[in-house]
Amino acid sequence: MAARAVAIIAAALLAALTFGPLAIVLAWAEGFQGLRAADWQALRFTLWQAVLSAGFSCLLAVPVARALARRRFWGRGALITLLGAPFILPVIVAVMGLLAVFGQSGVVNSLLRALGLGTVDIYGLHGVVIAHVFFNLPLAVRILLQGWLAIPEERFRLAASLGLRPLAMAMTLEWPLIRRVLPGAFAIIFVICLTSFAVALTLGGGPRATTVELAIYQAMRFDFDPGRAAMLAVIQLAVGIAAGVLALRLARAEGFGTGLDRAVPRHDGASQAARLWDAGWLVAASGFLLVPLVMVIWRGLPGLVALDAGTLRAAGHSLAIALGSTALCLAWALPLAGRRVAVVSLASIAISPLVLGTGLFLLLRPVVNPFDMALPVTTVVNALMALPFALRILAPEAEATRRDFARLRATLRLTGLAWVRFVWLPRLRRPMGFAAGLTAALAMGDLGVIALFADPDRATLPLQVYRLMGSYRMEDAAGAALLLMGLSLALFWAFDKGGRVRAAD
Amino acid sequence: MIRPFTFAAGCLAASMAVADTPVLTVYAPDYFVSEWGPGPKIEELFEAECACDLQFKPGDLLPRILLEGSRTEADVVIGLNTDVTKKARESGLFAPHGQGLDGLTLPLDWTDDTFLPFNYGHTAFIYDTTRIDTPPASFADLLTAPEDLRLVIQDPRSSISGLALVLWVKAVFGDEAEQAWSALAPKIVTVTRGWSESYGLFTDGEADMVLSYTTSPAYHIIAEGDETKKAAIFPEGHYFMVELAAKLAGTDQPELADDFLGFILSETFQSMIATGNWSIPAALPRDGWPEGFQKLDLPEKVLFYSEDEAAALREEAIEAWRRALSQ
Repeated sequence: MAARAVAIIAAALLAALTFGPLAIVLAWAEGFQGLRAADWQALRFTLWQAVLSAGFSCLLAVPVARALARRRFWGRGALITLLGAPFILPVIVAVMGLLAVFGQSGVVNSLLRALGLGTVDIYGLHGVVIAHVFFNLPLAVRILLQGWLAIPEERFRLAASLGLRPLAMAMTLEWPLIRRVLPGAFAIIFVICLTSFAVALTLGGGPRATTVELAIYQAMRFDFDPGRAAMLAVIQLAVGIAAGVLALRLARAEGFGTGLDRAVPRHDGASQAARLWDAGWLVAASGFLLVPLVMVIWRGLPGLVALDAGTLRAAGHSLAIALGSTALCLAWALPLAGRRVAVVSLASIAISPLVLGTGLFLLLRPVVNPFDMALPVTTVVNALMALPFALRILAPEAEATRRDFARLRATLRLTGLAWVRFVWLPRLRRPMGFAAGLTAALAMGDLGVIALFADPDRATLPLQVYRLMGSYRMEDAAGAALLLMGLSLALFWAFDKGGRVRAAD
Repeated sequence: MIRPFTFAAGCLAASMAVADTPVLTVYAPDYFVSEWGPGPKIEELFEAECACDLQFKPGDLLPRILLEGSRTEADVVIGLNTDVTKKARESGLFAPHGQGLDGLTLPLDWTDDTFLPFNYGHTAFIYDTTRIDTPPASFADLLTAPEDLRLVIQDPRSSISGLALVLWVKAVFGDEAEQAWSALAPKIVTVTRGWSESYGLFTDGEADMVLSYTTSPAYHIIAEGDETKKAAIFPEGHYFMVELAAKLAGTDQPELADDFLGFILSETFQSMIATGNWSIPAALPRDGWPEGFQKLDLPEKVLFYSEDEAAALREEAIEAWRRALSQ
């Protein structure tokens, strides 16, 4: 079958790009190097903060996603898009926003001081976890929300007509959904937090908060010890794969059958207490996720008016990379959606970007000039980095469609092309829009492997932000960061909107 | 709008005269090649006298050269720091610079035959005079300063200035470096991956003092007309930070590379680099510096470890830092 062949090619490419560069670095280094005591301490901290970050992100996401799923209000669609924003923010922009809220002279401490309550310090393990929850709560909410939207509304009607009380309704309809979706969300966030570097360091307050990725950076860039870097990267990868396998075990695949995709109001949330509960969660989540964004805008405005030609050019390059990565990522993800590649795709997030870049450099160097390959390599790496998210988003709907419409397909004897065109793509439209938006926005903000594949005439926007900061131009950097945030959000919004045209909101 | 023009002109020139214009490939750190870095100016000035095409290739310097080995296309590397000279020298990939060093105006003796300095500065804690009236008068004072004095520093494992700080503490406090770090620890708000993040925190008001360079105030004086940022000068001495250039042994443009190294020490280059890279020129007497630089507070005493000393001390110095700050 042609579809199967395409899927196998896509999977082989994924595996080659995930494991190949690491193998090349290992070969170049001629084997592993031993680890130091500090490396083990870094590993312990990395695991612990990743567990806490993923745990809190997932726990908090349940009430927020539930409130979004069962409430209809003015501006709901816009709020859903905005709540997704922190996940796609470039790290450096997000840290600035968080510090403007939780920092020494931030909003929270100014309020506390005005009330005479002293101040709180964000630096420490709690700061790292707060930052990671800020980044990843939006992802957990969106993954859960997709799951909730996949429950046919007829089920809720049936539950209502059977007279199920809210708790019973939650246990029969929503708990299975959470069981199915949440372990995957936990695993993906856990793995994202594994490779955290700059956030953990800046907000962690010092070497207590050293992560494995920092140790890799030190080994590669400072000590030039590729053997030790590769060893650490292998450990990081092994932990990521273990998390993936565990998550798959925990996640029970079960669907809800098919429905007619109609929006039917929920009957379980009508009480005053339930309304207040949902409203409270939405207000709290919005405050936590959106105030830092407002601060980024506030601080960026003065610099935004003074943007120079170089920054605008960089924005153009970043846009081109983002669109290229999106097309590539979708072309890669669609044949793989719903197939058994979850573990490999999760592993690709756990790959150290630095080792990936070094491996690709060693691979390409004999063939082409790496300086000329900067944009293509960045495009491919960004697509690779976004692929696990795209797959995670597409998989549930793809599996369900394959399963639920198999009889229809057999009855009508649909050809492969007709199946793809009339059933597959329309059914996947919503998750595809979301996946495309996410990929584009992530590619916009990613620094990627730029350190070894730099192109003197084609800087990307995140690199430009760093360059501005490195030249003392903090105000211009804030302006460029605002532009970066705006463009990332705009891309996400446009694709996501395209995917949600049929949605009830 | 200089860059699009030079880029277009460059493309035009390249398509007309590929064969007869020799190309000098220079690897440089990323900040070098941005519009606000010294790269574009260096390119313009050198091309005016060399009848060649200078091409900067930004990115990691030494890791990249070591990965490429003898097949590297670099002719010259600019922007190396002293933390990598030992590794670079031992790789055998670099050639002697062949330049006379009499014109150097560094605060210490420089006799290296391979790595050529072009600008320098010192580690220093920068503060804002509107927030701190009396800065610590010495490093010892800084250790005993009240605990609510908030410092941000950089990680010695990911940042060159962070590494210089660790060596600075070692040079000042010797065997008591770890105790010194323990005394500093409560005042250190956070440790960042690189200099930019720290300096951003400082300008955002997250910290009272930031680990930076003695030359940082010059930027504020010259570019912003702001004289409120100052370096706290310590009589124990400040660690010397110098940026270097070197020629690759395998260059296919040896004469052009030599010309470039000579150009680095010329007055044309030296009088531009102060405001181009916000550092002190390595071969220009103080009266030739821009006015903002002449106003800088600079230390009397300069501390520096040779590359062999630094290599021997480095691991233990970082460990002492890590232990004290992990408590």
